[in-house]
Amino acid sequence: MATYQNIFNRVQVHGEPDMGVPLPDGTIWERGKAKFSRLFGLFGEAQVGPGYLGTTGLLSLLFGIAAFEIIGFNMWASVGWDPVQFIRLLPWLALEPPSPEWGLRIPPLNEGGWFILTGLFLLISVLLWWVRMYRRAVALGMGTHVAWAFASAIWLFLVLGLFRPLLMGSWSEAVPYGIFPHLDWTTAFSLRYGNLMYNPFHMLSITFLYGSVLLFAMHGATIIASGNYGAHREIEQIVDRGTAAERGAIFWRWTMGFNATFESIHRWAWWFAVLTTLTGGIGILLTGTVVDNWYLWGLEHGLVPPYPEVYPAMADPAATP
Amino acid sequence: MKSIHRIPVVLLAALTLLTACERPPVESTQVGFRGMNMADIQNPRAEMGETGYPAALPPASSSGPKAGEVYQNVQVLGDLSVAEFTRLMTSITAWVSPEEGCNYCHNPANLASDDIYTKVVSRRMIQMNQHINSEWQDHVGANGVNCYTCHRGKNVPEYIWFSQGDSGDGNRHFMGWLNGQNQPGEDIGLTSMPQDVFTHYLTSTDAPTVRLASLQPGVDEPSPGTKNAEKTYALMVNWSQSLGVNCTYCHYTGSFQDWENSSPYRITAHYGLNMVRGLNAEYLIPLEGEYPDYRLGPHEGDAPKAYCATCHQGQKKPLGGADAISAYPSLAE
Repeated sequence: MATYQNIFNRVQVHGEPDMGVPLPDGTIWERGKAKFSRLFGLFGEAQVGPGYLGTTGLLSLLFGIAAFEIIGFNMWASVGWDPVQFIRLLPWLALEPPSPEWGLRIPPLNEGGWFILTGLFLLISVLLWWVRMYRRAVALGMGTHVAWAFASAIWLFLVLGLFRPLLMGSWSEAVPYGIFPHLDWTTAFSLRYGNLMYNPFHMLSITFLYGSVLLFAMHGATIIASGNYGAHREIEQIVDRGTAAERGAIFWRWTMGFNATFESIHRWAWWFAVLTTLTGGIGILLTGTVVDNWYLWGLEHGLVPPYPEVYPAMADPAATP
Repeated sequence: MKSIHRIPVVLLAALTLLTACERPPVESTQVGFRGMNMADIQNPRAEMGETGYPAALPPASSSGPKAGEVYQNVQVLGDLSVAEFTRLMTSITAWVSPEEGCNYCHNPANLASDDIYTKVVSRRMIQMNQHINSEWQDHVGANGVNCYTCHRGKNVPEYIWFSQGDSGDGNRHFMGWLNGQNQPGEDIGLTSMPQDVFTHYLTSTDAPTVRLASLQPGVDEPSPGTKNAEKTYALMVNWSQSLGVNCTYCHYTGSFQDWENSSPYRITAHYGLNMVRGLNAEYLIPLEGEYPDYRLGPHEGDAPKAYCATCHQGQKKPLGGADAISAYPSLAE
């Protein structure tokens, strides 16, 4: 098999499962079982488990399932509990936030109360999952970078569903839980607040989002391309490493004159990912609270190019007598 | 998989992706400054409507006794000569009830009687025609409208709307509240946005503003909040659909609200909005009591009402911008 000539290959070797390294306190986590899955091996590590759920994980799952079920049952109820219509119309269905007249009061369950409850459950679930990520990393003696990157996504989630509605004084400003409905909400949001494209934090967020994609592609491609020199085998690189790092590095110096190191590329990726939702959250939070019309803000700050008037007589007919 | 097998798979995938595209010929004409992406799109498949009215009857003599003097119960058009009056009645029959003939509105035993509801409605519709053609030239221009603009040879115009009620929310007491949206709305481009925006925006001359973002804060106050923005957005999707155009026919998408960068068509549309509100409020809704039940809305029992599609029927200008009234000046008084 040709792929076997590459150290980085898709051959699955099943031996005794790896039950993990000794923890910082010298013990080994012994609970749980591990087995091998050929299917999982096609996508990642063939070994499944040992898992760790713990109290926070269990509670997080319970609250998450509760939120998911509330959304799903509301969608199903909205088509009269018809299973065919539920599948057929699923992309259109949603759990709606309360109407504007409720402000920040809690409406009856079937007029947005379910939405508030779902938001609460989802928030508890996500925060508990964050605690779990943080505590598992500490238990392994790792840094807490994963948890903080997750926190950046939670920030955007909180801005959309909690902080901004609070500042705007209305739950109706929150995003509906639905496939098309949340997309329609997004466009309506941009239209109402004068075009989000002129929001500099939105620009930053898009820059980091697309930048993340670019970095991900560059990094992934570099590692796979130098796989036959052991680029992916980080442990082996320390004791018996090949020349993969040198090749990857000189490749980028040749092609763009500069290269990230095998350490810094991961910081690049981490910061780009974290800043996507961090700046995005700031942009959403300012919208409607500090800036009501981003196009006008752009005009004031030299962001909007002045276009010549193609139709000189154009003026608001409601403002002209 | 051998690489030779990948080629048909890739081709098939590419073809599948292309099914979402509009096949040629689709022409677009630039309507704004370069770089603003404003275009008038001509798609032959979207422009399937009729172009032009049925041939007008030969003009009738205006001399002789007036219809109001000869016939009884002539509340409109009484100033026409009997010949002109008869010509117009014949035309209306061809426009509205070509199969049923005169008796669709008239009691054959007594043509003057108002027994049949359609006669009462027709009279009000003639007044509405006159009102549109004389008061709303900002929207209909010199071409004007006549019965055929909406009716197209049918008793009831094909594109009318009724209130959709609460979309069944009243029957869902514990969960499943939709807030009148989140179902594919045929009138709003199958989006999940609020469906009954017509009741909200088109039934009263002091209906809520459709304006979203303010251009002069404190002067032109927009409708508050993202929820209302969805209503406006849904209404605008309906307008696009009704006229067979996209957003950039009127708007510069960098700033939808900005008038200086909009095309003049937006001003026409502005008057169209006010016109439709007026027509519904003053002509169509008050007729509710005249109709038999089967002509009323299925949800709220409301009168049939007009929106852009009622006349436009998928065209930028109804019937391709054909002249509707120069042969029938009595409809423009």
